[in-house]
Amino acid sequence: MSKIAEVFKNHKAFIPFIAANDPDFQGTVNNVVALAKGGADLVEIGIPFSDPVADGPVIQAADIRALKADPDLPMDTIFDMVAEIRKQTAIPLAFLTYLNIVFQYGYEAFTKRCTELGIDGLVIPDMPYEERGELAPIAAKHDVDLIPLVTPVSGDRIEKIAKAATGFIYVVSSLGVTGERSEFANDLSDLVARIRKVTDVPTAIGFGIHTAEQAAEMAQIADGAIVGSACVNIVAEYGEQAPTKLQDYTKQMKAAVVGNPVR
Amino acid sequence: MTELNLKLSKNTTGRYGEYGGQYIPETLMNELDRMTKAYEHYKNDPEFKTELHDLLVDYANRPSLLYYAERMTKDLGGAQIYLKREDLNHTGAHKINNVIGQALLAKHMGKTRLIAETGAGQHGVATATIAAYFGMECEVFMGKKDTDRQRLNVYRMELLGAKVHPVTSGSMVLKDAINAALQDWTKRVDDTFYLMGSATGPHPYPLMVRDFQSVISQESKQQLQEKTGKLPDMVVACVGGGSNAIGSFANYINEPSVQLVGAEAAGKGVETELTAATVERGSDGIFHGMKSMFLQNKTGQIKPVYSISAGLDYPGVGPEHAYLAKTGRAKYVGITDDEAVDAFEYIAKTEGIVAAIESCHAVAYVQKIAPKMRKDQIIVCTLSGRGDKDVASIAKYRGVDIDE
Repeated sequence: MSKIAEVFKNHKAFIPFIAANDPDFQGTVNNVVALAKGGADLVEIGIPFSDPVADGPVIQAADIRALKADPDLPMDTIFDMVAEIRKQTAIPLAFLTYLNIVFQYGYEAFTKRCTELGIDGLVIPDMPYEERGELAPIAAKHDVDLIPLVTPVSGDRIEKIAKAATGFIYVVSSLGVTGERSEFANDLSDLVARIRKVTDVPTAIGFGIHTAEQAAEMAQIADGAIVGSACVNIVAEYGEQAPTKLQDYTKQMKAAVVGNPVR
Repeated sequence: MTELNLKLSKNTTGRYGEYGGQYIPETLMNELDRMTKAYEHYKNDPEFKTELHDLLVDYANRPSLLYYAERMTKDLGGAQIYLKREDLNHTGAHKINNVIGQALLAKHMGKTRLIAETGAGQHGVATATIAAYFGMECEVFMGKKDTDRQRLNVYRMELLGAKVHPVTSGSMVLKDAINAALQDWTKRVDDTFYLMGSATGPHPYPLMVRDFQSVISQESKQQLQEKTGKLPDMVVACVGGGSNAIGSFANYINEPSVQLVGAEAAGKGVETELTAATVERGSDGIFHGMKSMFLQNKTGQIKPVYSISAGLDYPGVGPEHAYLAKTGRAKYVGITDDEAVDAFEYIAKTEGIVAAIESCHAVAYVQKIAPKMRKDQIIVCTLSGRGDKDVASIAKYRGVDIDE
């Protein structure tokens, strides 16, 4: 079982997200460590991209801040951040980024570096099932999970995506881009049930979750809840105080999620 | 009259060598799949083809002229110059060819709402036009910088009943408009057809756009045959994303004697940072749904681009252009703002044609190359659009103060 899949073994998982280099190198390190201290089960680190088409305004703004602070933002700087994080926590980590970033570094070199630093999975929103073939064998060789997305409009694609998945399956709560919302697609239970018919790979729901109530609801349906924009908002609002706030927020969200019985 | 029964290409994989593909969020994959299947079906459907033909002839004013530019030819003193007059189409640019095809497909797929991105506004105007014609809802995404420099086209779209959204994210130009249109589409796929304007994006767009624009070279080949009994020696067209160029090249790609040249926007110069010369300055990458060539930094961040022409400042090219460049079948050359503006004035004064600043990038290359060619050689240069929209900004470029 992959390190990421193990996260879901004994309880429902809470998975926060923050963007690398927002606001800067040390801030990223401190924020990820705070999320780990707060009890996060896995942290998604977003690698900023100039044109994040799957992301809503909040994460777009974080990417812009991160790239304004360092317009070149070399991938090696981000790997260095992870190395710093690794000195303080062993929490499972995944990267969320767009395929061009991985492509430019080289699929082989990128996934190799991921393994060395304990990055166990990659979420790449612009790499659908049909295009995973160029990266999948290389990622598998280095034990890096390619975490696919399944959406309320995936329909007949669900089974083939789920069968190929390792780590976990990112279930998109509703149509559109990332960002806080008050309503989710109403057939998420059916979606998760369809996935579970063909695979034991765990599921986590993301896009729009920001309150503890929502997280609890989603953790009833799936094996975990992913929260992005709400964490990014805390980083944007609280600056140097963000680690404390993130830790508190994570505690609260984790409590809401973990209370749900495991399937 | 020129036969307009479009020969549509047989490529069904969406790959041009290593380029192309469908690098797009999962939310859109089923919709793209439906679109691909619908297109594969309708492109062989006689009724669809008749409708397409009738709209191109009766509504868009096709075939467009292949005009012998006698004064330019004489003045430049080399190759015979023929201009393919896409500027004479309804709505004033080649964009209508593709828009009619895609909107017709949308209608057959039961869609009621069209969305589009636009740079200079030509594609937005063409989309708004066809939406009005078909009675469909229309929303156009346009970078804020472009809504500012092309105010007339914004008003034109609104006049045609479209809603124009100025896009304020990123560098506020064409690429950002595409991001916004894609994002809008992920929110509402059921009734909405994203009508992409260039030969870019995920499959099937590059293929569809190429097919619908290939009417340009299908006509020009036949027209030149009728006039001279020959093939051209060279075909020149401007390249942003590359829709008019791929349409201008399509029917000549398998004619090895015909040189294909794409004129890219070099802005302040190919070697400067203020450029949009993707093939010369860019590298392989993955963006906007396709593997192709892009202007980007080492990490893979897409660079802001610059050109005087709103229709050419896109940081990538369509995947088939990347393939033609890589294999050497077509050549891509950078034309600076200065050269394009000179060409804008040149063709106005010698031929009495006010051509779009985008098209004048191709004209500028013709000015350079024609004198070096023999008098029995032939260049076909595509004038992709008319230049009325550019008059105010060219005046400004020349420091002339005019009341708009």
